[in-house]
Amino acid sequence: MSEKFDVIIVGAGPAGNSAAYTLAKAGLRVLQLERGEYPGSKNVQGAILYASSLERIIPDFRETAPLERHIIEQRLWMMDEKSFIGTHYRSDDFNSEPYNRYTIIRARFDKWFSEQVQAAGALVICEMTVRALLRNEQGRVIGVEVEREDGKIYADAVILADGVNSLVATQAGLRKDIQAGNVALAVKEMIFLPKETIESRFNLAGQSGVVIEMLGSITEGMVGTGFLYTNKDSLAIGVGGMLSDMKAQKTTPVELLERMKAHPSIAPLIAGGETREYAAHLIPEGGYKALPQIYGDGWLLVGDSAGFVNSVHREGSNLAMETGRLAAETLIDLLQAGKEPSAVNLARYKARLDESFVMKDMKKYQNIPETLHKRRQFINDYPPLLNGAAHKFFTVDGQDKRSKEKEIIASFVKRRSLFGLLGDAYHLWRATR
Amino acid sequence: MIKVEEKLFQNRYRVDADLPHIRVKDNTVCNDLCSTQQCTVCCPAGCWTFEAGKIGLMTDGCLECGACRVVCDEFKNVDWNYPRGGYGILFKFG
Repeated sequence: MSEKFDVIIVGAGPAGNSAAYTLAKAGLRVLQLERGEYPGSKNVQGAILYASSLERIIPDFRETAPLERHIIEQRLWMMDEKSFIGTHYRSDDFNSEPYNRYTIIRARFDKWFSEQVQAAGALVICEMTVRALLRNEQGRVIGVEVEREDGKIYADAVILADGVNSLVATQAGLRKDIQAGNVALAVKEMIFLPKETIESRFNLAGQSGVVIEMLGSITEGMVGTGFLYTNKDSLAIGVGGMLSDMKAQKTTPVELLERMKAHPSIAPLIAGGETREYAAHLIPEGGYKALPQIYGDGWLLVGDSAGFVNSVHREGSNLAMETGRLAAETLIDLLQAGKEPSAVNLARYKARLDESFVMKDMKKYQNIPETLHKRRQFINDYPPLLNGAAHKFFTVDGQDKRSKEKEIIASFVKRRSLFGLLGDAYHLWRATR
Repeated sequence: MIKVEEKLFQNRYRVDADLPHIRVKDNTVCNDLCSTQQCTVCCPAGCWTFEAGKIGLMTDGCLECGACRVVCDEFKNVDWNYPRGGYGILFKFG
């Protein structure tokens, strides 16, 4: 390919698609390379789509995008081996259009997104793995090398949207390799059930859906979470933990998932379903402090490649779309003004990010990964303490309520000590304020 | 307990028979120097085995997550690449 492009984008996930779409719409010559058979075939997510970041790119996406269920109820469960205690927030306000969030199936959604990218005028080539970046004598990135003979393709700038492992950026030395302490490994299953069964089990009607986030005993001491999301005629169920924790124990991810599925509060929800796929993926959860340099001479990192995930709110693909769009808009401004995509000029990408919710949220929760890593009690002690307290309080057995309360308080003090309880409250407040 | 093979059986793959995308750089490092072989625990697809003092790797069921590469941070003995374009796991749902 001797042709030269304005921008080459590596990867066709939410970040890459959002960048490619924005650039192509502005009339730039865009080449997007994807290693999968079709866009989405290598991509894994829970998955929840938050509408707002996509809405800014494709305002009428709801008319054609393959969406599963709009979410009207969010459950948070803190679990021990036999029970859960938690919160459910359900509102009919989430049941009126335009809906705020949806469950999606990524292989279908990414394929749709890519069709919009191609309709906007970008050239998308699948089944092509990028092996290296091309640089000029000054070190500026001027293109990519793909696994073909004469596989050099040139562009003014390269956007790396190649996902959490970001081999291309790492091998080019643009960023350090990801660390086990900064990524979670999640495994997931797609379990199919009749639509009516899902609706009756989860108290749903029409296209509405429920999502459940879980923490506690299901991650067996590791910092991590589990989830169960309702699609139209399937359930996505998964569990994940920090890879540094997984590395220090002997339970395999499959065992973790199977035990979670057998939990007495979960098993009835998935009973009788047929599993049709098993997937795994890393999630960059290091947060703000783990962010690498995100731009340089002729290159930008977007989405998971840079580690843009808000692990507290379980947001990632919306950050991917937002960063993809902002990277694209930075390049559009520069290239249309005839300016070079040099490191100095691309600093505007970082400035745009700093002004957006992406960096503000990343900064807000910058101490969360460390707090959870150091203070295991949030995962290991509080879920069983709270479940034990509820069990004692709701069991009617002739014991008076005041002495039950005393026993519950004593159980907290015994496990965490008074100073421990105060310290935990303080650290949780500090890490989230 | 369900075996990982039964789960992988549900998945769609296009296996690149001649070209495994993950290789062990030096088997003696896994066999003799590494004391934990945590790749055998962390790999969600059960690609890694350690039997009779020898590391084994079968990449056919690989889900391309990258965990084995990242956990091998002491010896960095995993030569990990993506499969050739179009090969490897092909998620139907993702």
